[in-house]
Amino acid sequence: MTNHWIDIQNSDAVLIIGSNAAEHHPVAFKWVMRAKDRGAALMHVDPKFSRTSARCDFHVPLRSGTDIAFLGGMINHILEKELYFKEYVEKYTNAAFVVGKNYAFNDGLFSGFNAAARRYDKSMWAMETGPDGGPVIDPSFKNERCVINLMRKHYSRYTLKNVSDITGVSQDNLLKVYDRFCATGKPDKAGTIMYALGWTQHTVGVQNIRCSALIQLLLGNIGVAGGGINALRGEPNVQGSTDHALLYNNLPGYHATPNASWQTLAEYNKANTPVTALKNSANWWSNRPKYMTSLLKGWFGDAATPENDFCYAYLPKLEPGQDYSYMYVMDKMYHGKLEGGFIFGVNPMNSFPNTNKMRAALDKLDWLVCSELHHSETTDNWQRPGSDPKSQKTEVFLLPSAHRIEKEGTISNSGRWLQWFDQGVKPAGEARNFADIFVPLFNKIRALYTAEGGVLPEPILKMHWTEKFKADEWTKRINGFFWADTKVGDKTYKRGQLVPAFGALTADGSTSSLNWVYAGSYTEEEGNKSKRRDTTQTPMQAAIGLYPNWSWCWPVNRRILYNRASVDENGKPWNPERAVIAWENGKWTGDVPDGPWPPMADKEKGKLPFIMMKDGHGGFFASGPADGPLPEHYEPAETPLSSHVFSKQLSSPVYKFHSSDMDQVAPPADPRYPIVLTTYSLTEHWCGGGETRNVPNLLETEPQLYVEMSHELAREKGIQNGDGVIVESARGRVEAIAMVTIRIRPFTVMGKTVHLIGMPFAYGWTTPKCGDSTNRLTIGACDPNTTIPEAKACCVNLHKADTLTEIG
Amino acid sequence: MKKTRRSFLKGLSAGVICLSLGQLGFDLKEAQAFAGAIKIEGAKEVISVCPFCSVCCQVIAYVRDGALVSTEGDPDFPVSEGALCAKGAALFSMYSSHHRLQKPLYRAPYSDRWEEKDWDWTLNQIARKVKNARDKNIILKDEKGRTVNRLENIFMMGTSHASNEECAVIHQAMRGLGVVHMDHQARV
Repeated sequence: MTNHWIDIQNSDAVLIIGSNAAEHHPVAFKWVMRAKDRGAALMHVDPKFSRTSARCDFHVPLRSGTDIAFLGGMINHILEKELYFKEYVEKYTNAAFVVGKNYAFNDGLFSGFNAAARRYDKSMWAMETGPDGGPVIDPSFKNERCVINLMRKHYSRYTLKNVSDITGVSQDNLLKVYDRFCATGKPDKAGTIMYALGWTQHTVGVQNIRCSALIQLLLGNIGVAGGGINALRGEPNVQGSTDHALLYNNLPGYHATPNASWQTLAEYNKANTPVTALKNSANWWSNRPKYMTSLLKGWFGDAATPENDFCYAYLPKLEPGQDYSYMYVMDKMYHGKLEGGFIFGVNPMNSFPNTNKMRAALDKLDWLVCSELHHSETTDNWQRPGSDPKSQKTEVFLLPSAHRIEKEGTISNSGRWLQWFDQGVKPAGEARNFADIFVPLFNKIRALYTAEGGVLPEPILKMHWTEKFKADEWTKRINGFFWADTKVGDKTYKRGQLVPAFGALTADGSTSSLNWVYAGSYTEEEGNKSKRRDTTQTPMQAAIGLYPNWSWCWPVNRRILYNRASVDENGKPWNPERAVIAWENGKWTGDVPDGPWPPMADKEKGKLPFIMMKDGHGGFFASGPADGPLPEHYEPAETPLSSHVFSKQLSSPVYKFHSSDMDQVAPPADPRYPIVLTTYSLTEHWCGGGETRNVPNLLETEPQLYVEMSHELAREKGIQNGDGVIVESARGRVEAIAMVTIRIRPFTVMGKTVHLIGMPFAYGWTTPKCGDSTNRLTIGACDPNTTIPEAKACCVNLHKADTLTEIG
Repeated sequence: MKKTRRSFLKGLSAGVICLSLGQLGFDLKEAQAFAGAIKIEGAKEVISVCPFCSVCCQVIAYVRDGALVSTEGDPDFPVSEGALCAKGAALFSMYSSHHRLQKPLYRAPYSDRWEEKDWDWTLNQIARKVKNARDKNIILKDEKGRTVNRLENIFMMGTSHASNEECAVIHQAMRGLGVVHMDHQARV
């Protein structure tokens, strides 16, 4: 989240799209309701009517996978009607930047497309540069290649009619949302967009979110109270586990994983440290070398020296352009290319798409180590229905894991608050927390290398490691230490003392930090700030529900990101009633500002608000995404349409996919699979349900797998409410109980009726007779940027079942 | 420190409510006897965080004689103001669940059952497998002769259920081994 849960109360318009927030974040939803109490418009745009819709002013049903068309229409509406926040757009965004002459867009394809490689040459989308290497900026917007003019042209095709034809949303409903949300383009109004996996799990997931960035920048809603783009993160510590990068492509703190072309730390830093020609751009990533060296120092301690490149050479290097994400892991596993591995606290045999392939892939492993609270569809895959254990070779180690109240440490909530939890009781039986598994395991591996030698033992043996895990010690390691006596300002810190903030981190090896964004969370002066429980606020903070003394928030306790965009060039809040920061008497008050510099009016020291962007401006046009510098509508990988109105390019030209015999995809408008399927979870179950199905009171409230369908579809198929149903896709077959409801209605798409059904994915065979994985139907096609699969849209068919075997 | 909602409520329940009910003529003996026997009496309050969605509602765990006796929402936590959803409210049942795994289990190749094992044996087996796989398969140079120190045939999946400290431990250990196939729920 750019903002935080409580801040939603400050919104004048709340657009919930790609999320069923009331169901999945029920407690935080009170802040949406507080906004409503204060007069905000609440809107829910989603394929089905849900608990969220019931609490909003109105629900707009949208065909799954057409969010870009819907939002592209809003961008067109804003530009056509000049509803954008002019001063904000002119001064704080790259609207006036001139795009280079190589950029073009023609019938659904951007310039630089290589069809054989399914890849764009992104250098074709570069900005025009001046003699100093900086961007060419035309504040008059007269140059036809100004970003705002290219954007205007691009979205001029997103007329109400075209958008309505594709999304299945009536023109009246489109205008209802556009008018209410675009009313926040005024300086003293704020609108927020709340999304979740309904946006990310698409082959255009990143561009769904980019679309919201375009809208929020146009309306001046980034950085302000009640604004922002708020990812409602699902999993308990998915914010923290992303920050700490349990991901192939990142190191902790949002650094790219080294690849083979960066052989030295200097080469790495050169490739990953942006340089700006704009004097008033903070270009915060210019600090990256300090954070990288401090990370290496945290991992290798005294063994990391300037002479040995801080042990950078030991780190694994990816092959450039290769994808090592889990869908690729599973494909390699299916082809027998992996020997063994660890699956901890996740249940891919139920929650990954195209589950039949996942289950078959796991059979190919020689060994598997799982750590769980309960048996799951993953731990017991070798004895799943239809499998003969006597033919299953995989050796499985199943380690009992500790539950939250049985351990201590920190987690980071969706608003980036770092929260400490104490250990209440000992772990059940012989259960252990994950670190009390990995620390002794790694020590055994170290002992083997010490005793026997082996290949490349250095990174294992030279590591700054520990004999026994203590959470508090690792909270400190994450914050970071001085490794040499150092003077910061007028204060001298000794070797072994905690660094006070990331401003003190250096590239010379005198500091460590396992994650620079958390530096400052645990200091000599104030101790462990994640334990703070002080609700004290200034009146200015109280006015927007800011609690700066409760826990701590990364970065540097800044609660609202990009908050320099909430003030004008003189540091005066756009909305004084709901000010986030303000420049008063030569200093900032309110939230921790995005950097200490004075406001932009100070031509010497002032800085632009978007400090993480190289040139300091919010980016409408971006050459980073793999699938284009501006979001464009493409159909899902499986679609009920054979063409659409925006271009000849039916689906994304660059989405990723696999092509094994178990990766079947229905062709466009396949009459065998005419119905769109979307999937979701439930308040009473946690994602794949691996834990909550084992809690009797929760299972009783949501006992079995169902399929929600319209009365119209049920009539067509001769299905009654409560009937057993078989749902089939090109990849699998799933049994469910029919739930015939007005919550789902047929869509009219380009003149033809398209049915949509919805199914939860919380059920699996280890809980007897409740149904089995819905994801056996879903598809492994993935977003080209993130490789997140398109679990939210695929094509299926269904019929009434004669008998049911999976559901009792 | 500022008076919190919780300490205020405590004062309120101990004083104002009882007093006013007594004044209204209620017989308090029965209520007081019940209050004396409530399950959290004498229990230690431990601050924890609900383990489900990333609202991260803080919870109070009541612990007596080393056993969990009750859980409830933390009324001082500014985001939740003490509320919990169905899952958070069921937290206590999760700890008393008979389905919980209690001991390391082992399934041998082609076996049709689990066997209980001790931790030391289990971790020794895994350490040996990891070392053998790494020594045999780690890629020191790529096809172009560049140093890559990459271990491709072992993977790590998980987990957003881990604390930040557990994540830091897992990441460091995995990169030390050279693991590149590492991913978790953030990509689901």
